[in-house]
Amino acid sequence: MSTATTATPVAAGRKPATMAQALNRALRDSLAEDPSVHLFGEDIGTLGGVFRITDGLAKEFGDSRCTDTPLAEAGILGTAVGMAMYGMRPVVEMQFDAFAYPAFEQLVSHVAKMRNRTRGAMPLPITIRVPYGGGIGGVEHHSDASEAYYTHTPGLHVVTPATVADAYGLLRASIASDDPVIFLEPKRLYWSKADWSADAPEEVAPIGRAVVRRTGRSATLITYGPSLPVCLEAAEAAVQEGWDLEVVDLRSLVPFDDETVSASVRRTGRAVVVHEASGFGGVGAEIAARVTERCFHHLEAPVLRVAGFDIPYPPPMLERHHLPGVDRILDAVGRLQWEEA
Amino acid sequence: MTVLDQHVWQPRTDPAPLLPDPEPYRLLGTPEAGALDAGLLTTMYGQLVRGRRYNRQATALTKQGRLAVYPSSTGQEACEVAAALALEPRDWLFPSYRDTLAAVARGVDPVEALTLLRGDWHTGYDPREHRVAPLSTPLATQLPHAVGLAHAARLKGDDVVALAMVGDGGTSEGDFHEALNFAAVWRSPVVFLVQNNGFAISVPLAKQTAAPSLAHKAVGYGIPGRLVDGNDIAAVHAVLTEAVARAREGGGPTLVEAITYRMDAHTNADDATRYREDAEVEAWREHDPIAVLERAMRERDLLDDAMVRDTEQDAERMAAALRERMNEDAVLDPMDLFAHVYAEPTPQLREQAAMLRAELEAEAQS
Repeated sequence: MSTATTATPVAAGRKPATMAQALNRALRDSLAEDPSVHLFGEDIGTLGGVFRITDGLAKEFGDSRCTDTPLAEAGILGTAVGMAMYGMRPVVEMQFDAFAYPAFEQLVSHVAKMRNRTRGAMPLPITIRVPYGGGIGGVEHHSDASEAYYTHTPGLHVVTPATVADAYGLLRASIASDDPVIFLEPKRLYWSKADWSADAPEEVAPIGRAVVRRTGRSATLITYGPSLPVCLEAAEAAVQEGWDLEVVDLRSLVPFDDETVSASVRRTGRAVVVHEASGFGGVGAEIAARVTERCFHHLEAPVLRVAGFDIPYPPPMLERHHLPGVDRILDAVGRLQWEEA
Repeated sequence: MTVLDQHVWQPRTDPAPLLPDPEPYRLLGTPEAGALDAGLLTTMYGQLVRGRRYNRQATALTKQGRLAVYPSSTGQEACEVAAALALEPRDWLFPSYRDTLAAVARGVDPVEALTLLRGDWHTGYDPREHRVAPLSTPLATQLPHAVGLAHAARLKGDDVVALAMVGDGGTSEGDFHEALNFAAVWRSPVVFLVQNNGFAISVPLAKQTAAPSLAHKAVGYGIPGRLVDGNDIAAVHAVLTEAVARAREGGGPTLVEAITYRMDAHTNADDATRYREDAEVEAWREHDPIAVLERAMRERDLLDDAMVRDTEQDAERMAAALRERMNEDAVLDPMDLFAHVYAEPTPQLREQAAMLRAELEAEAQS
C-alpha cells in the first residue's frame, strides 16, 4: 500500500477551524515567509474576497501584496504571467469557477506552456485559486465543476483539498511549487470544520499523493474535493447493506496517484468513481480507464461512475437532483455484480 | 451639488493633452532633421539595411524548406529597429510573432530568434539573457505580460521599462484593452507600440476599427496616445525614447501608433494579391524606411555611395553567415518533449517517456 496518508494529528492547540480559515492562514503564512508572493484578484483587498479567504491580508501586508485589480480575469492572469517572469510568485483569485473562463487563453497558451516553450528557462510559479463546484444554492455561473478543462491541459498541476488540514497544506505546497497550480477550492466545504492547529499545522503529503480516508474491503470509492464528505457518508450508510467501502481522496488530479488508487482497487476488486462534474469526457472517465488498464485482472465488475448529468449546471432549486448523493452512490455500489461474487 | 457630483461622476483627467497629433509625427525631411545625432543616424542606417537583408534571407529560407514559415517585417524595419534602440539593456522587449527583427536588433542570436519558425523548438533563446520575451503568436496576449513584468519591477524598486509590440489587428483583441487598462490604473512603466501596417492578414484597418486613429484609444484609458510615421526611424525612435523616459520617471504608460506598411504578404504562405492592389504597394515603395533615411542622410552629407556599398556588403556577410548556419540540420532530441513540461516529470510523463525511448531504440535497431 502507498504511504500517502496525513501525518498524526498534533494534539496541542487544536480547536475547530473552517477550511476558509485554513486557506486564509496558508496565504498569510506564505506572504510572511516569502516577499515574492503577491495576491491579486477582484475584491480580495478591502473586502477580503467574496468568500473572505483573503480577510485581513491587505491590512496586514499592504495593498501591493494583496491587490484589488480591475475586473478582468484575462488581465489578472496575464499580468501574473509577467510578474512571474520577473521572479515573483503570484497567487491569483478567480472569484467563481465560471468567472475564470475569460482567462482561459492566458492559461492554456501561456501559463501552461511557458516553461516548456523556453526549455525550462522561464518557469511560471503561479497559483490560480478557483472557488468551484455547486451545492451552495448559487445562481447560474456560480457552481461549475470545471476541473476537466484544466486536467486536459498539460503543463498545469490541478489540486483540490477536501479537508481543513489539506486546504492549508496543499495551498502552501501550491504556492511553493515552481509550476503553475490550479487550486480548486470546493465552495461548499469552505465552512466545513475540523479540529486543527493553526500554529502547528499538520504535515501534508506533497502534491501528487492521494490518501485513503476510510479503509474497507468490499469496494473502493474514488473521489476528491466536494464529493469526499458525500462518499464518506455513503460508506457509513453502506455498512447496513453489508458493504465495507474504502474511500480514496485523490487531492491531486494532476499529477495523478495511480499507485494509491490501483493498490486500493486491487485489494477490493471493485471501484466507483464519484464527482459532481458532468460525466462525459470528465476526470472520472480518465480514472475508470486508468484503473481498468492497471487492475483488469483484479476487477470483479466494471468500474462505474457516479457523476453530474451531462447538462448545463442546474438552477439552484434543482441542483440536488444533479449532484451525486448517498443514494445514487449506493445504487452504483449495488450494481457491482455482487451476485456473482 | 447632486449625488452624481459626489460619487459617480468625477472627471479625473483633462483628455486634451492625451490626444494624439492630427498628423503622424515626422522628423526626417523636416527642418528638425538637421539637429539629429549623426552617429545615431549611421547606426540606424546600418541596422535598417541589415534588417531588410535579414527579412529577405529568412523569406528565401522558407522557399528552401529551412524555415516552416516566416512572417516578414519588410517595410516595417524602422519600427523594429527603433523599438530595440529605444531601450536600455535592463529594459524588456515583448515582441509579437512578426517582430523577429526587433529581437535580433536587441542582440538575440539571429538563428536562435528563428527557432520558432524553423520548428525545432518553440523558443530558441533564453528570454532573460537579452530581456526579450518569447515571440508571442496569440495576438495581444503578450501585452498583459509586459504590464505585469513592469509592475513587478516597479514593486521591487527597479527602474525597468517594458516595451510591448502589437499589430493593428491585435488592437481588436480583449487582451489589448485589458493590458492598457491595467497599465493605466497601476501607472506601470510600459510603452505599447502598435505597428499599423494596414492589414490583419487580409483584413484592412477599416474593417478593424471605427476609431479616429488607434492612438486615440489611449484617451479612453487616461493615458497619452502618440501618432508617428512608422517609416521615419528617427521619428519612431524619438517618440519611443520619450515614452520610455516618461515611463521610467513614473509618468505611466504611453500608447504609440506607428503608421507603416507590410510590403510582403502576411507570411510566405499568403497571397496578398487576393486582397490588395499592386499600385498601393508601389506607392508605399516611395516611402520606404531605408529610402527615407538615406535621403535625409545624403542631404546632410552623412552618407555617400561608398558607405552604402560597405553597409550592403556588411549585410551580405550577415546573410551568408545566417544561410550557412541555417543550412545545418537542426539537432533534435525527441526526449526533450518530456523534459520541460514540469519542474519534475509526473509519473504519467515518466511512463510515456519510457514508451518513446523504447520506440526510439527499436527504430535505431531496425
